[in-house]
Amino acid sequence: MNIGEIKAAHKQVTRWEYQPGRIDKGYNDRTLHIDLTTNKITEKPVTALMKDKFVGGKGFGLYLLWHATRPQTKWNDPENEIIISPGPCAGITQYAGAGKSLVVSISPQTGGIMDSNVGGYFGPYMKFSGFDAIELQGKAREDVIIVIDGTTNSVTIETAPKEAIDSHVLAEQLTEMYAKDEKDKMNVAVVSAGTAADHSLIGMLNFSFWDPRRKVARLKQAGRGGIGTVFRDKRIKAVVCKTTGIKPNWNNVVDLNAIVERGQRFQKEIKELDDKQCEMRDKGTAHLMEIMDAYDLLPTTNFRFGKAADIGEDINKIHSNVLKSLFNLKWRDLDGCWFGCAMSCCKAVDGFELKTGPYKGHKVTVDGPEYETAAGLGSNCGIFDPLHIIEANFYCDTYGICTITVGTITAFVMECYEAGILNKDRTGGLELKFGNSAAALELIHQMARGEGFGAIAGRGAEYMKKYFADQGWGDRQFLSDIAMVNKGLEYSQYMSKESLAQQGGYAMTNKGPQHDEAWLIFMDMVNNQIPSFEDKAEALYYFPMFRTWFGLCGFCKLPWNDVEPENNREKYPPKEAAKVPEHVDNYLTVFKAVTGRDLDRDGLIRMSARVYNFQRIFNIRRGYGLRANDAQPYRACGPVTKREYESRQERYDKQLVDWMGMTPEAVAKMTIEEKMAAHRTYRTDRYEKLLDAVYKRRGWTRNGVPTIAWLKELGMDLPELLEVVTPLQ
Amino acid sequence: MKGKITVNDQVIDWRDGMTVSDVLTVMNYTFKLLVIQIDGKNVKRDDWPTATVPEGADVKVIHLMSGG
Ligand code: SF4
Repeated sequence: MNIGEIKAAHKQVTRWEYQPGRIDKGYNDRTLHIDLTTNKITEKPVTALMKDKFVGGKGFGLYLLWHATRPQTKWNDPENEIIISPGPCAGITQYAGAGKSLVVSISPQTGGIMDSNVGGYFGPYMKFSGFDAIELQGKAREDVIIVIDGTTNSVTIETAPKEAIDSHVLAEQLTEMYAKDEKDKMNVAVVSAGTAADHSLIGMLNFSFWDPRRKVARLKQAGRGGIGTVFRDKRIKAVVCKTTGIKPNWNNVVDLNAIVERGQRFQKEIKELDDKQCEMRDKGTAHLMEIMDAYDLLPTTNFRFGKAADIGEDINKIHSNVLKSLFNLKWRDLDGCWFGCAMSCCKAVDGFELKTGPYKGHKVTVDGPEYETAAGLGSNCGIFDPLHIIEANFYCDTYGICTITVGTITAFVMECYEAGILNKDRTGGLELKFGNSAAALELIHQMARGEGFGAIAGRGAEYMKKYFADQGWGDRQFLSDIAMVNKGLEYSQYMSKESLAQQGGYAMTNKGPQHDEAWLIFMDMVNNQIPSFEDKAEALYYFPMFRTWFGLCGFCKLPWNDVEPENNREKYPPKEAAKVPEHVDNYLTVFKAVTGRDLDRDGLIRMSARVYNFQRIFNIRRGYGLRANDAQPYRACGPVTKREYESRQERYDKQLVDWMGMTPEAVAKMTIEEKMAAHRTYRTDRYEKLLDAVYKRRGWTRNGVPTIAWLKELGMDLPELLEVVTPLQ
Repeated sequence: MKGKITVNDQVIDWRDGMTVSDVLTVMNYTFKLLVIQIDGKNVKRDDWPTATVPEGADVKVIHLMSGG
């Protein structure tokens, strides 16, 4: 079907015109609200309080969602919203990694507040079109697209019966439909989901960016927590934003020269040092594959082991050099997901011929795989085949489901299969053994069709662990131990067993176990830099606040510490060097240069702490966000099975002596079961102590509730927050 | 400590002429963003292949964060 025919089937539901925006110091000072039930489109002012206390990005998302919903609102109630907000610094092109948006919604998986950060052009284009955030509320009666047209200052809702749903097709259809000509495709950005988002709780959103060299709409993902499912539940096929083209100072910043100067300095570092350091331009985050394996951190067969060799596999099969050889590096330094990002880490495999599914035989461009994807869909499922990883990566993306989540779900069901909890009868014929690529791919296709065992798996590991136990298929405790899920969200792809700080970095995270708040494994486990509970608590205070800040402003976290100035390590003591002080200074300078707001490092931390505590209290308002919700599955903390213990027996036995004060003679007399029980008691208790230390450092009660005194100190003693926390003090 | 050195609080065997690069190999430290200190003194990256580690030294191999 050609684009003309598809477009001819559109019926305009409503059209709304607005006064052109003028961005001042990074803000339009208004947001866009779209109610799909009533088809009413309105604009709202951005208040001084919003800018002062919530900044933008995730802060705006949380603030708007709080006021749009009730504590009882469910993910699929019409009043739930999806909010996309790019932040005040988003859209500048002179400093690397400044095009990120934050997407916020009530999650179908967790019931709590989900946030997901994403690149692509939509967020900045929406800002250039006149809005600092968009709220999508209500539910359409039929499939619609929303078009924000910054070239005509209009927003339309149109029925869209004939477009594809899968993102790789839909993003291109809509890019072609709304671009005037080939050159204008750069000015069109599309947000879409996919067919699996229709049939699962793990849907994600793709944000496009047109690649004029490859002539394809590339896709970046707001992956975690099922926001794509909310999107499709609202019957939105896509949101399109069209702009007139990039202008050098569209954000109307206070001091462009300062940004240019810092930007050029950073670019020079990338140019001179990236090849010697992380090779982001050659490999993206996939450079971590063999490194994680070397440090016993690569999740292998459902987080049982940290190395390929543990299951007789060879890491070299999925070594970053193998992935690099599959990437098309012809435009290596132009693979940025936003203009001006010299880190250019969005690698792609071109001309990849699909072997399965509805697009079998098609040659496609696949975005990625990034580290998380390759570890999740590959090693964690016992599949050490790069072509499998790329195919599964492609289908997850186009079907609109999160690769990290699918990886952890598949790994879980594979362990269940091998443990006899599942069998062919229960999976509808899928032989979901570790390493079975065909079964893993078929599971993904079933998720997209909403059929068979895929329909069950698409509900997530939290659902499955209960469902399997309710059916009498397996032991409830064992299932809870091995389902790598906390707060209803699946873990991302790092082993945390030997890093207590990382266990906290995962399970204390507001949205659920994603590594983007705090990645402390090296600092804790390898360097032994934060030995005491207080040291760990300090790190678990500082790093989440720092990372939260990126999501308030519109920055990508990768340019912060995936390259470091040449003299960083000579100039600063190690703990300080880890924070890359010169890059922190760049961010403070750029923030001030955009907004005119003075900011120092302490101010940055406080800025984030306000929003971080707000999100915690938002979860508490909804019945979550307490100590019980920060519990972790035992697999994240220690060896669940005998085989895991035996694989690291020397280490674990030594810990019985070093940590628990047993004598070597006593250890020698213990059975494996006794040793495992001792570890479990010790490790579980240690995690509880960590919770105590972190809560104290974060200004929370022992139950994880922000104290009134702390909120006052932060200037966050807003009446609506005090109403929630006061009865819980 | 006779015949030993400490690397990130772990005691390992030392041998005569052992260089910083040798220590990295023994420890399987393949990550690139490292700060290395021998008894509190930084060793520059260019010197890793030649700088020798004295017996009984306290070696810190600090891995900076990236990824994640
Ligand atoms: S570092 Fe990578 S993910 Fe971040 S903005 Fe640049 S290209 Fe995008």
